[in-house]
Amino acid sequence: MIDAPKVDWLALSPTLALLAAAGVALLASVIGPAWFRRGFAAFVTFGGFVTAGVLAGFLFDRSPDAQPLLNESMTRDRWAALAAIVLAGAGALSVLVSWGETRRDHAGEYYALLAAAGAGMVFFVGASNLMTLFLGLEWFSLALYILCALDTHRATSLEAGLKYLIVGSFGSGILLFGSALVYGATGELGFAEIAAAGVTDDSLLLAGLAMIVAGLGFKASAAPFHMWTPDVYQGAPTSVTAFMSAATKVAALVLTLRVLTVAFPEQEHLWTVAVAVIAIVSLAVGNIAALVQRDVKRLLAYSSVSHAGFMLIAVAANSPLGGRALLYYLIPYSAMSIGSFAVVAARERELGAPVTLDNLGGFLWERPFLGASMWVFLLGLMGMPLTGGLVGKFYVFSAAYESGWWWLVVAGVIGTAISLYYYLRVLLAMWTRPEPTALRPVVAGGSPPRDPLLASAVFASFAVTIGSFFFVQPLIDLARDAADSLPF
Amino acid sequence: MTTALIFLPLAGALLVWLLPLPGRASGVLATLIGLAEVALWAVAVRQFDFAQNLQLEDRQSWFDDLGVSYHVGFFGFSLWLAGLTVVVCAAGIGYATWANPERARAYQGLLLFLTGSIVGVFAAQDLLVFYVFFEAMLIPLYVLIGVWGGERRAFATVKFVVYTMAGSLLMLASIIVFGLSQGTFDLVDSGVSSNDWVFLGFLAAFAVKAPLFPFHGWLVDAYRESPPEVAAILSGVVSKAAVYGLFRIAIAKFPEPVQEFQVPILVAATIGLVYGSLLAFRARDVRSVTAYSSMAQMGLIVMGLFSLNELGINGAILQSVAHGLVSATLFLLAGMLETRTGTSAFARLGGLARGRPELATVLLVVGIIALAVPGSVSFAGEFLILAGIYAEGWAWAAIGAGAIVLAAMYMLRLISAVLHRSRGEAVRDEALDLRPAELAVVLPLLAALLFLSASPNSITERNFPIPGSDVSEAAR
Repeated sequence: MIDAPKVDWLALSPTLALLAAAGVALLASVIGPAWFRRGFAAFVTFGGFVTAGVLAGFLFDRSPDAQPLLNESMTRDRWAALAAIVLAGAGALSVLVSWGETRRDHAGEYYALLAAAGAGMVFFVGASNLMTLFLGLEWFSLALYILCALDTHRATSLEAGLKYLIVGSFGSGILLFGSALVYGATGELGFAEIAAAGVTDDSLLLAGLAMIVAGLGFKASAAPFHMWTPDVYQGAPTSVTAFMSAATKVAALVLTLRVLTVAFPEQEHLWTVAVAVIAIVSLAVGNIAALVQRDVKRLLAYSSVSHAGFMLIAVAANSPLGGRALLYYLIPYSAMSIGSFAVVAARERELGAPVTLDNLGGFLWERPFLGASMWVFLLGLMGMPLTGGLVGKFYVFSAAYESGWWWLVVAGVIGTAISLYYYLRVLLAMWTRPEPTALRPVVAGGSPPRDPLLASAVFASFAVTIGSFFFVQPLIDLARDAADSLPF
Repeated sequence: MTTALIFLPLAGALLVWLLPLPGRASGVLATLIGLAEVALWAVAVRQFDFAQNLQLEDRQSWFDDLGVSYHVGFFGFSLWLAGLTVVVCAAGIGYATWANPERARAYQGLLLFLTGSIVGVFAAQDLLVFYVFFEAMLIPLYVLIGVWGGERRAFATVKFVVYTMAGSLLMLASIIVFGLSQGTFDLVDSGVSSNDWVFLGFLAAFAVKAPLFPFHGWLVDAYRESPPEVAAILSGVVSKAAVYGLFRIAIAKFPEPVQEFQVPILVAATIGLVYGSLLAFRARDVRSVTAYSSMAQMGLIVMGLFSLNELGINGAILQSVAHGLVSATLFLLAGMLETRTGTSAFARLGGLARGRPELATVLLVVGIIALAVPGSVSFAGEFLILAGIYAEGWAWAAIGAGAIVLAAMYMLRLISAVLHRSRGEAVRDEALDLRPAELAVVLPLLAALLFLSASPNSITERNFPIPGSDVSEAAR
């Protein structure tokens, strides 16, 4: 008689809820009639994300102390729970954004894959062992590879999927190789056990650490591991881009800080410098490359590279304040990122063409709500007042300074200054009157179709962007509780 | 009280944006809100005890782990700067109602938003709150110039934003270093610092905002391309945010670096004063003259501040109010000239005085106050500044006095080029005298100037609680 291991179902419930949603949506898209699939799958997926968010909130409340799960392959703690809440929110908003996308086939599969990707991410952020880490990473990455390539009639979508698959697999390969080296050096897979093994400056271990950082850098689209980001963000269906830009970053960065602090506390003097350098490179590459973009999705992709840089500054700080800063920053960042891609999606649907700086002209006056929201998102990405973007940058810089990284503060300030130029170009484009010939709406006559779901997603993002500025204290309290589960 | 003063215009902005009123009606609503703000400020003045320091405080923790709180309140001197703000902004909004630009709802809402954020700057007693309002001013200005500005507005806005943000971001870094090393971001609770780099970060932001030579590159384009009421607010009020910042933060919190950098700053201010005056003398249109004279006047005000004695600082505050009113009136008048003639270039103007007595009188009176004729409020301000700077060295005062002669030259040149000489080609018979609505906007500003000319001590005696005390202590 084999003893069944004790399973903490509550800790797994957010993942399970999303998995169940994915399964039901997939089944419906196989057995349901054609008219029924899309609506049902979207509804179930949305419900899955909301349920996962609620369960994660419950989990957050019930796990003041970190507990190992499933034979110490995962951890139940507030760090993972808070990340799961943000992920679930990002997923739910992405479902709303996706609804208006007219897709002739694979409508049900689309939502099923979205839920599966969400489930993978929620699983991933709880990993406390190199094996579950890799498992979670591949889980959500596979779902995302397919999602990127889902619009098979568009060559750019296929290209995006393929590119992401190849570069992403390369990243995963590096991560796996690194994990193997770390295992070779320490004989352990669990994060805490790696630290406890007491191997300090073994070259195998250090090479493994470097490869793990690089592999996670691929997922966080931090430079120099960002090469796939602009092409994939541009080519993927915009709702997928919205989801990826927020959720993948949340998952990758949250786990990066966990694995580095839990498994490699002895090598702190090395990886903080490495992360700081990656942060600076991301700030430089992201901001400078964005200056010359004319395609708005590409521009936002480079902007997301630069934001990975900002958030890595918080990781490099390696302090409780840094942990708080990272979690706080992720909340308005996710909202601004999803919101801005949602607005791009809306414009794309009414033009039937990729959105560039040229055909964005006059958008602010034609669609005041979406235009003004886009303004707020871009101002937030710039770090202007009345948005959580400002407080996020303030926290990140404070964390960096407190840990003695004053030159990271300077780099961040310079990066922000450069970023103004390209964000301002988008803002400017939105109010400039377009050339009469440049405007060719798909819908002839009348205003473009209403999309209340997308509008509500934009409104929710708007509310989070502004709200996170005024209600910093409650969010910071949550982030503090979460960051307390990490050993700084 | 202070919170109400900040948030009344901000709430008003939301109201104007959301109520679907036609252009003129939303302008009237915005004007009423602007006037209500002036009334509220008057109530605040009545409640204020000028024998005390910081008052009308509101304080609410914002996030406690870094010691940041929403903390606002007024000193005597900052209450005057806020008063300048509400008066000039109300006039600007009133003028915009009369001019009725396209998309008036958006326009008026932005003007109200701007008003609220400027008042917030003058009331901020926490560094992050200060930064928030300081940056929040930039958003409406960017849009107001970028959308409703003149021909080269895109260039002007980008230049303006890049200049000011570069300064502000350095200030953000300084704020973080200062706040974390003090353990609080509160301006009242924190002590002083002697870190030169942090001081220079703050100085960068204020030097651009003022603007102080050699950071004035954005000035002329922004002032020339703005709609007249925006130029009025920009030169009259927004530049005073730098005065507040220099006094409340740079001088009050960095006593040692201030001593160290006093001479270089005075040199920059003096160069700004002389160079600005010379440029104003060479400028070819009303707006450019006013723009460069603003730069010169800001140089003079900074000289007063960095004399670091009570006379000079008192004069700087008085001169800030005086210059704010003068320059706002001049920009509004430039706008009125432009609507009549389509230009403000001297070459195409002239002879406007004939048959237009009201315009001639108003322009002449403002011009004479601007050139600091003895008995005017500008004279009082400049005199105090020069007396203050004399204590630091007679040469500063000598140069300053020389520049005042230049001021007389460029202002008289402006007056004669617009009003006198033979009739310019752009001046047609149909160009009317000032309309009642325009007078209603300009006359209150003029009345305030004349009142202050009659009794400048109504401000100078109410700036600091104890006359003769160390004023930079008083600002702490």
